[in-house]
Amino acid sequence: MKRSITVLVAAVSAMLLAGCASDKPVTGGGATASAAPSASAASPATGEQSKFFVQADYDAQLAMRAQTAEGPEDKPWEQAIAPQMTDTATYKKDGPYHLCFSNAAVNNPWRQVGWKTMQAEVALHKEIAEFTALDAEGKDDKQISDIAELTGKDCDALIVSPNTTATLTPAVSGACPKLPVIVFDRGVETDCPVTFINPIGGYAFGADGAEFLVEKVPAGGKVLALRILPGVDVLETRWSAAKVTFDKSELDVVGVEFTDGDAAKTKSIVSDYIARHGKIDGVWMDAGATAVAAIEAFEDAGQPVPAIVGEDQQDFLQKWKDGNLTAVAPTYPTYQWRTPIIAALKILKGEEVPKTWKLPQPKITSENLDSYLQPDMPPLHYALCGCEDLPGFPGAWGGKEN
Amino acid sequence: MSDHADSAVARRAAAPEPAVPPPGGPAPEDGQRRARDGAGNGGGRRWAGIGPTQVIYLALLGVMAAGWVLVAIDGGDFLTLETVVGIQQRSAALGIVAVGQTLAILAGSLDLSVAYVISLTSLVAAEIMAGRDGGILPALAAALAVSALIGLVNGLVITRLQVHAFIATLGTALIVKGVLDHLYDGPAGRVPESFQRLGYDRLGPVPVSALLWAGVAAAAWFLLRRTRLGYRIYAVGGDAEVARLSGVRTGRVIVATHVLCSVCAGIAGLLLASRLGAGAPTVGTDGGYDLESIAAVVLGGTALAGGRGGVGGTVGGVLLLAVLDSVFNQLEVNAFAKDVVRGVVIVAAVAVYARRTSRRRSR
Amino acid sequence: MRALRTLGPIVVVLAVLLALIAAANPFFLEPAGFLAFLKRAAPLVILAAGQYFVIVSGEFDLSVGSLVTVQVVVAARLIDGDEAATWPVLALLVAIGLLIGLANGVITTALRVPSFITTLGMMLVLSGAVFLWTGGAPRGALSEAFRTFGRKDLGPVPWSVLILLAAGGAAIALMRSDFGRRLVAAGDNERAASLSGVRVNRTRTLAFVLSGLAAAVAGILLGGFAGVSAQVGQGLEFQAITAVVLGGVALGGGRGSVAAAMAGAFTLEALFTLLNLYGISGALEFAVQGVIIIAAVAAGAVRLPLRRTAHV
Repeated sequence: MKRSITVLVAAVSAMLLAGCASDKPVTGGGATASAAPSASAASPATGEQSKFFVQADYDAQLAMRAQTAEGPEDKPWEQAIAPQMTDTATYKKDGPYHLCFSNAAVNNPWRQVGWKTMQAEVALHKEIAEFTALDAEGKDDKQISDIAELTGKDCDALIVSPNTTATLTPAVSGACPKLPVIVFDRGVETDCPVTFINPIGGYAFGADGAEFLVEKVPAGGKVLALRILPGVDVLETRWSAAKVTFDKSELDVVGVEFTDGDAAKTKSIVSDYIARHGKIDGVWMDAGATAVAAIEAFEDAGQPVPAIVGEDQQDFLQKWKDGNLTAVAPTYPTYQWRTPIIAALKILKGEEVPKTWKLPQPKITSENLDSYLQPDMPPLHYALCGCEDLPGFPGAWGGKEN
Repeated sequence: MSDHADSAVARRAAAPEPAVPPPGGPAPEDGQRRARDGAGNGGGRRWAGIGPTQVIYLALLGVMAAGWVLVAIDGGDFLTLETVVGIQQRSAALGIVAVGQTLAILAGSLDLSVAYVISLTSLVAAEIMAGRDGGILPALAAALAVSALIGLVNGLVITRLQVHAFIATLGTALIVKGVLDHLYDGPAGRVPESFQRLGYDRLGPVPVSALLWAGVAAAAWFLLRRTRLGYRIYAVGGDAEVARLSGVRTGRVIVATHVLCSVCAGIAGLLLASRLGAGAPTVGTDGGYDLESIAAVVLGGTALAGGRGGVGGTVGGVLLLAVLDSVFNQLEVNAFAKDVVRGVVIVAAVAVYARRTSRRRSR
Repeated sequence: MRALRTLGPIVVVLAVLLALIAAANPFFLEPAGFLAFLKRAAPLVILAAGQYFVIVSGEFDLSVGSLVTVQVVVAARLIDGDEAATWPVLALLVAIGLLIGLANGVITTALRVPSFITTLGMMLVLSGAVFLWTGGAPRGALSEAFRTFGRKDLGPVPWSVLILLAAGGAAIALMRSDFGRRLVAAGDNERAASLSGVRVNRTRTLAFVLSGLAAAVAGILLGGFAGVSAQVGQGLEFQAITAVVLGGVALGGGRGSVAAAMAGAFTLEALFTLLNLYGISGALEFAVQGVIIIAAVAAGAVRLPLRRTAHV
């Protein structure tokens, strides 16, 4: 097996050399080479490229990282990258308003932090007389009927955080003609919503982490990639971008494993890899929830913690600080849960909003770590909640009141 | 399956189906009772007072009344057109799966693989349709064939290899999950507009999906009450040994219930594909259709050990869960609190049935 | 020799799997490597022992997975990084485990609710209640002392292996006692057991209490091993039941040994390790698992006298 990997790596390197005329990442010899850009990005060492990989989106997201967002400097949730404004005069009406929200789920800490942040944002605005939120509990089918139910509730605007992309499209399309719809986090396959809000996205997230490893891990170093689940689009984009980066690099991706987001399983997998390979030089993760478990696997094996990619959860940041690790934390900021409320009010007041509202997506590095570390917040709290100025902070987010 | 049900039967069994508060219809219960006694399981014992099916419909009425009051206090309006349609839409898929699960449980088995079968059939159907109207018929055939095949495997593993249903169907579930994870990255395929009408159209306050559920329930009711297979299902679930000695080929009956159960899951998968506009590899597990369908069946008064109960109760059980859901929705109850209430309701309901049964027994 | 007979074919399967692991990874044969495997298997083995008591008495316990989650989340919130709180909280966790087991047992036996439903309801109640209490996500932190049991070693041997030995020994001793005989009798034939003077309800309730206790210990080990997580217990109930059944214990009760059940858990863990080691893709891993479980149980069933088919 090892031999075949070596052969394949050699083949890919050759392919890359041959195709170096194009400056597009890993798409080989330009337009004539292949009609399917994703296929040619496939590399044997890290498996096939995901069906979700869309070269144009990838390029756009990577470019966006360098752009400066417009908007108030200390409020990233009101900023937008390269906004194309859309007119909302047709939706203008007088307050007070009734906002409705169809939530995919609150079944993980990220959504919990976001949901609390959104509720606090609602509390800031007196002109919101009523806020109705339905929780679909992670069920597509329930969310479809939730949306249908909300459209019949004389809401002034409907906010949707879709459970999955393709499958919520019909429901959202059905709601659009009846009232202004705002979609955030995951998108839908229709442009009928007034605005779609999310941070730069999964490609940028995945690339941020992978590029860090390419920079910090010496050539030939062994990298372990840990993913939560297959088949979740937002996570697939993260991995496919990382894969593109790794395939271009000299790094040796020794394994791509699924952890189910389970800390014990993560720790076991990492321990196994340490035992098998003697040394792992870098760990890439598609989500940071189990980063601390991965770090502990190295500690328990009596090895120094290698360069590692986490996320903005407090337990990871704390570990990073305490152990002075070589680490980076790409983020998918929870402050995006504030934006839909702000957008809804702007729309109802007839102010223009970006059609595609791209929020900045900062990454935490050793330089700015201290500004994000909040020891009084719970271990799974996300630092980029943008919630520090909101009513009820920190208690409502589970933090210790001082 | 549904062609066997004549329209009168269909209408009777569908009685609890429309959006108006179900009357706690005596019709299905009557059928259950006869079927039950006909199976010889009750030994001619008549129900003193009311049976589980009436209990569930009374509970349903109670929950609706309580929900109406609570929502009114909250300043809302409980029985609007949207909520009534919502209750039916939300319960149709679970309802269809639960009808199938009822058959398996009545025969003394159970099926933990339905959630994955739902995901798989939704994908098979959506991929074959690929947005073309012409693809609908082949897709329906393929989806039903795939689900029937999985049911057949379940049944054969249970009967031929003598593997306990819990393990057999858990094993099948893992196998299907493995295949799904291997083949699919996420939603795939596309359902044509015309097929989406199955999931979205409605006749007045009754969605087509609810009619489909009613049809499936009526067919199952007809099967249990009017056919020899139905009689045998009760016999095998009541006491497999006695059934075998009296000449019933118990293995075949169990295989048949598993095929039907799986086909019901397949129908639910088709319905979900039409709702979602695509197939999705996690739609079944996200919906928790495996354990929830079993909970709904038991909530409807069917004994988990088999041999007692029927489709009427299951329909009531599913509606009760859906109405609870709707009340929670209206009151915006937190998802975690919902789980607590659901857990308590399921256990309490079964405790009530058990109490009634044991009291009758002691008489 | 009697031991081998009670363990049955599962030891052969286990031996083959262990040999395959050793062939792919020689480190496994070193004491440290093998102890690491035992350490990892400990929580599941203990859960399987607890589940065995319930299954052999003719019941199911589906609540152990969420009970494990409850243990870890409660521990994190109450300890909140305070070393001094460790021991009182540990005592509380054990008490919670016992109490939940008692509740499962009483509802199943006194209220005559099938245990599948009792524990399914308990699973919903527990996972809902604990996150209702913490506001959706875990809060607080575990103390170093708490994490010792799942993470640290005593000399060369991990604490969890020592706890596993103690728990396994206790389980075997319990099954050899009078209680063990009554438990099997209750599962084999409730009526006959009852006529011969076994208090079936009390015996079964005790089985649930033991399962709750096992979940408490497993929760303490898992929390110690990997820290705070919201989904630490997810799916453990099915794994524990699968392990017990792999060990040749009949669902429906009355047959099988606790040692074989624990061997079943080791087998399952060895299977996970092996699949990982041979690089079976994350997705197909489940399919392989499913085939092996069905095959193992089918192979076991062929040799055994048939009971009623498909009796839950």
